[in-house]
Amino acid sequence: MTTRYWEEEIETLPRVGLESIQLLRLKRLVARVYEKVKPYREKMDAAGVKPEDINSLADLQKLPFTYKDDLRDNYPFGLFTVPLDEVVRVHASSGTTGKSTVVGYTEADIKLWSSVMARALCCAGAHSGDIVHNAYGYGLFTGGLGAHYGAERLGATVIPVSGGNTKRQINIMRDFGSTVLMSTPSYALNLADAMGEMEVDPQSLSLRVGIFGAEPWSENMREEVERKLNLKAVDIYGLSEIIGPGVSMECVASSGGMHIFEDHFLPEIIDPQTGEVLPPGEKGELVFTTLTKEAFPLIRYRTKDISRLMYETCACGRTLVRMEKVTGRTDDMLIIRGVNVFPSQVEHVLMGIDGVEPHYQIVVEREGNLDTMQVQVEVSENIFSDEIRVLENLANKIKADIKDYLGVTCSVKLVEPKTIQRSEGKAQRVFDRRKM
Amino acid sequence: MRVEQIAVFLENKSGRLAEITSIIAEEGVNIRALSVADTADFGILRLIVDNVDKAQNALKEKGFTVGKTNVLAVEVSDKVGGLAKVLRSIEGAGLNVEYMYAFVNKSGENAVLIFRFEDMDKAIDSLMAEGYTLLTGEQICSL
Repeated sequence: MTTRYWEEEIETLPRVGLESIQLLRLKRLVARVYEKVKPYREKMDAAGVKPEDINSLADLQKLPFTYKDDLRDNYPFGLFTVPLDEVVRVHASSGTTGKSTVVGYTEADIKLWSSVMARALCCAGAHSGDIVHNAYGYGLFTGGLGAHYGAERLGATVIPVSGGNTKRQINIMRDFGSTVLMSTPSYALNLADAMGEMEVDPQSLSLRVGIFGAEPWSENMREEVERKLNLKAVDIYGLSEIIGPGVSMECVASSGGMHIFEDHFLPEIIDPQTGEVLPPGEKGELVFTTLTKEAFPLIRYRTKDISRLMYETCACGRTLVRMEKVTGRTDDMLIIRGVNVFPSQVEHVLMGIDGVEPHYQIVVEREGNLDTMQVQVEVSENIFSDEIRVLENLANKIKADIKDYLGVTCSVKLVEPKTIQRSEGKAQRVFDRRKM
Repeated sequence: MRVEQIAVFLENKSGRLAEITSIIAEEGVNIRALSVADTADFGILRLIVDNVDKAQNALKEKGFTVGKTNVLAVEVSDKVGGLAKVLRSIEGAGLNVEYMYAFVNKSGENAVLIFRFEDMDKAIDSLMAEGYTLLTGEQICSL
């Protein structure tokens, strides 16, 4: 299979060429935000750094970080570098953990976003003539419209189906012949469940590839989605602060890892405690600087996502660095009796047990001074038995495997099917009821 | 010789048993025998009904996890020592019982013992050799 590129020259540019483009754009960006945005200017002045101090990519480290709190402090438009009459669109986060964060786009930003999303679709092997079933939510969330514009730019036919109304989605998929599915991975499994109920055989559909993102998912979940929906599942990464989906994308040739479109989004990996930049290949917090965005550029934005950069060459021919699938968040990390636990690790354990479905949730409570973690797992027909002993053995096995893998003791509760809320968007896996 | 039994997974929540039996009743399916096995967190409801497929489909549709297993129904006369005699035979034959429950039929003459054995084939052979009557599903439903 020949690799499809959207912008072949830049996607396959030798690194030295790429880095000179990055430096040029970085210098221009720093000069612009220093001049136009007061909060940036104040932070840089406080750190004693001027735009003319940026003369190499390594000089990026002299610049202060930008945090989600900076976005909230300047709510809604305080960090925009252009007057509002040049902003053609805004998106916003859900704001579940406080004030929502608002991002803005100029016309050029929307074009940029469309083109990185078209690159992402090419990475997945999509092309004009494909029928893209876009089940990401449309609205303030960047997922739906980001994917939509990219697929249109590519020349594909977009079905803007958005989230929800699952049975209707399956009818549309069958009747319209959808070839590319874009959704959260948990919604993809939701679709697979519904197909089972409707007795629609995924083999009879035309789906070829699924582009899944917006929430963490494990390798085991990938296998599950691929098997149940009869498609190739690839990972997409993005966050609204940086642009939305299309910051990085896994290619079909890759043995893992997503190509960062680093001519626009400059990545760093840092130690989340000290803020030090870590050597290439080490795992830490992902930090991005947007090199070309106009309305809402960000310098050294702390994503709180844990990943690793891989500079090894990729079979697809792209020279763009790859980032490892996000393995956790610096902030959704649970600390249970002093042990660090990522929900993705619990999922990994569950998916390793034969027959266990990925429908689970984690409930953390504090009894006295002791943290307790309960993992609730739905009992599907695959694991159900009419014998108590068999089910108790299963619960004990899950408990033992979690103890082995995570080093933390939990209780396991088997629950009836569908008692765990199905997501139309992001699945809420963790209920932390500790009062700290 | 084997009788089909359906088993339903239950969380220990109030009203679940009432809900399941109502669903079965709405289908016009008659329950001949049942047992509930439970732990602190969950339970398993086992049922012998006169229309296994109908009950199973109805429960599945309502989102319950349902399984089907084969059990043996041994008919004994409803007299003092009837159960003990069967259990001694089972012990003598070296059969492992996974679980059992029992009911008395309408006439009150005979009791029916429902068994799930680890080795069902061996159990059938041993019990037949001892001269016990094994009922079929149809026979249970017509009692």
